[in-house]
Amino acid sequence: MIRLTVDGRPLLAEDGETILQVASRHHIDIPSLCYLKDVHKTGACRLCVVEVEGSKNLVASCIAPVTEGMVVRTSTQRVRKARKVLFELMLSDHPNDCLHCERNQSCEFQKAGEILNVRSARFEGRRSRALVDDTSPSVVRDTSKCILCRRCVTVCNEVQGVGALNAQHRGFTTEIGPGGDLLLGSAVCAFCGQCTTVCPVDALHEADSTAAVWKALADPEKVVAVQTAPAVRAALGEEFGMEPGTLVTGRMAEALRRLGFDYVFDTNFTADLTILEEGTELLARIVSLFRSKGAVSDERLARLGMPERLPEPVLPMVTSCSPGWIKYVEHFHAPLLGHLSTCKSPHMMLGALTKSWFAQKAGIDPKKLFVVSIMPCTAKKFEITRPEMENDGFRNVDAVLTTRELGRMVREAGLGFPTLPEGRFDSPMGVSTGAADVFGVTGGVMEAALRTVHELVTGRPLPFERLHVAPIQGFERIKSATVKFAEVKPEWDFLEGVEVGIAVTHGLAGARVLMDQIAEGKSPYLFIEVMGCPGGCISGGGQPRLTTDEVRRKRLEAIYREDEGKPMRKSHENPDIQRLYAEFLGAPNGHRSHELLHTHYTERRRT
Amino acid sequence: MGTAAACASLTETPDQRRDLLLTVIEDYHRDRSNLIQVLHMAQAIYGHLPEDVLCTVAREMALPFSEVSGVVSFYSYFTTRPRGRHTVQVCLGTACYVRGGKKVLDALRDILAIDVGQTTADQAFSLEVKRCIGACGLAPAVAIDGTVYRRVAPGKLKAILGKYE
Ligand code: SF4
Ligand code: SF4
Ligand code: SF4
Ligand code: FES
Ligand code: FES
Repeated sequence: MIRLTVDGRPLLAEDGETILQVASRHHIDIPSLCYLKDVHKTGACRLCVVEVEGSKNLVASCIAPVTEGMVVRTSTQRVRKARKVLFELMLSDHPNDCLHCERNQSCEFQKAGEILNVRSARFEGRRSRALVDDTSPSVVRDTSKCILCRRCVTVCNEVQGVGALNAQHRGFTTEIGPGGDLLLGSAVCAFCGQCTTVCPVDALHEADSTAAVWKALADPEKVVAVQTAPAVRAALGEEFGMEPGTLVTGRMAEALRRLGFDYVFDTNFTADLTILEEGTELLARIVSLFRSKGAVSDERLARLGMPERLPEPVLPMVTSCSPGWIKYVEHFHAPLLGHLSTCKSPHMMLGALTKSWFAQKAGIDPKKLFVVSIMPCTAKKFEITRPEMENDGFRNVDAVLTTRELGRMVREAGLGFPTLPEGRFDSPMGVSTGAADVFGVTGGVMEAALRTVHELVTGRPLPFERLHVAPIQGFERIKSATVKFAEVKPEWDFLEGVEVGIAVTHGLAGARVLMDQIAEGKSPYLFIEVMGCPGGCISGGGQPRLTTDEVRRKRLEAIYREDEGKPMRKSHENPDIQRLYAEFLGAPNGHRSHELLHTHYTERRRT
Repeated sequence: MGTAAACASLTETPDQRRDLLLTVIEDYHRDRSNLIQVLHMAQAIYGHLPEDVLCTVAREMALPFSEVSGVVSFYSYFTTRPRGRHTVQVCLGTACYVRGGKKVLDALRDILAIDVGQTTADQAFSLEVKRCIGACGLAPAVAIDGTVYRRVAPGKLKAILGKYE
């Protein structure tokens, strides 16, 4: 315990706490700007300065640890003046176009000015280089707005381990960028958008698709279908000031209908479908392994309902529903592309089915269909532009909106979101099981897959409390477990006693560790789940700002509540999925599935 | 450039230069804390640090390109463009500065149409500034390829540069 005095109040603090932490715990608000709880503290902006007795200079409270007997004053005349001068200096190199800036009223720089009660801009100065880099389909950089807090650098290098952004040059010409003559579109950026969620200003944001979607909605020739990812419903409310972790599934569906979408589908439906496709693919690879050892005969193969052409037994198999993760592997671990599941991500599957199965059923010319995905993700904006995401000459998905962009459209339309009644999703791609909900959190795809695979092989439900695989839940960087097949169905007898090693990671830095293991031939796993964003899609690059650990936890709890509230909790129980296979697809991993629901990958430059 | 001279015979062909760079990186154990030393050597081998050299350094040392490029662009010692055939150094030491060194520099910027640290498009001249080159008595001073010109007036610059092509 450390005893100190802040603004005349005696306070107790833990060893290692900073002045800012202690003060804020006691409701003494010290302004800050570059500091970001749980993520980043470098003392770059110095807006958080305070007076410390015995210290000649003002002290940046976000990095200064408390010491025994310290006497701190957080709001003296000197402190207030210094903060104002610092703010005004930053302002002298900032375009003050707040009125038409995307961050108007959600800008931390703006907010700091308001808190500091700044009423003048006394310094006029040279402006640093202004560059709008919109070369990537996902993330736009506007260097003129950058205040050099370097949060993005920390996130991109340390949390994601990508390193697409770093400080270039020095002094006045300092700029955060990919380096050399590179722009983001040609850099090794995964397009995960994590940098956009921490940027305090409008220097990093998603590429806008609201204009394109409004246009499609206004076009009488177009039939516009929309779908929503599992993680959106656990966060969208925050865009309207609701508590993090508020589930807004029904209100979201209603809002979409009122915005004018003709069909409101749920990506959860194809999350269930993904489990059947990916679960089958995993089993097929495992069977293929046993067959290569001579343990599975032709006749047995037929009885197992396995695809006729077995895939190569490339194991561990790694999930493929996170397009930021995919782009990252393509850059950094290209020799291991064969380990990726060939499944498209769920929203791509839904797009492909909308323009085939649904178009046929509803008698709509697929030419007229415009599919919009509401995603917690910026990488999905890139994913829809991949050349392979097309069937019969139709793009699978036409536009992706982030959760934040949907928030903007709902506000623009004046829908009074919190008061909306509960709407419903449309049939036939609106029903989903709890297994689909957990796709939104780290460990969820793995858990959902195990719920189905285990039951397929043993005929009994996954032997875990409430179907949750506890060791792979939560926010530990790399989580692993073993699931043992016991008392399997007779046709699966060659799997009796087999232990399936599984691993789960979220955020790309952890993924590198698991991939390096595979490259060295030391991976003890058969199945690995990777989500590109820390915590999984609930804190994706397109989710409401800011995502602290506490917000992440609340969204995660919401997702598990949604799962447990569903009458059906396992993907293979979804009756509409069963109908889809019976009417249209045939069997999982069958010919039509391969055409519409599976894909392939591309090697990309490493630097 | 002592190192450059020492390894000149080893760096005649692109393959030789590349091999030497890889050896250097190996000698420094691919350790990121040696990045600056590796870049020094790389510049000695290549004369400058073009993007593909930075890519090699980044890849071989398992560092992001943006980080390597960030370090290179931070230090004015490193240059990403090939140097000109002639190096023009303007002294901005105290004596030269007060006696018009700044005006000489501005004039050179105009004549060569480049900034400090840059090289003319025809690769003839690179422009640098120096701190005191030991000619204070006859300031302002300019050195071209080591030859010192004293009491340089902006008006004389064209004639001086004309001697070099
Ligand atoms: S980034 Fe913030 S301060 Fe800058 S123009 Fe936008 S709203 Fe205003
Ligand atoms: S989108 Fe992701 S990978 Fe790209 S710069 Fe931002 S944090 Fe880095
Ligand atoms: S781009 Fe944003 S997060 Fe990155 S340094 Fe600039 S202001 Fe900070
Ligand atoms: S908030 Fe402390 S230095 Fe920026
Ligand atoms: S100051 Fe220029 S030569 Fe000494």
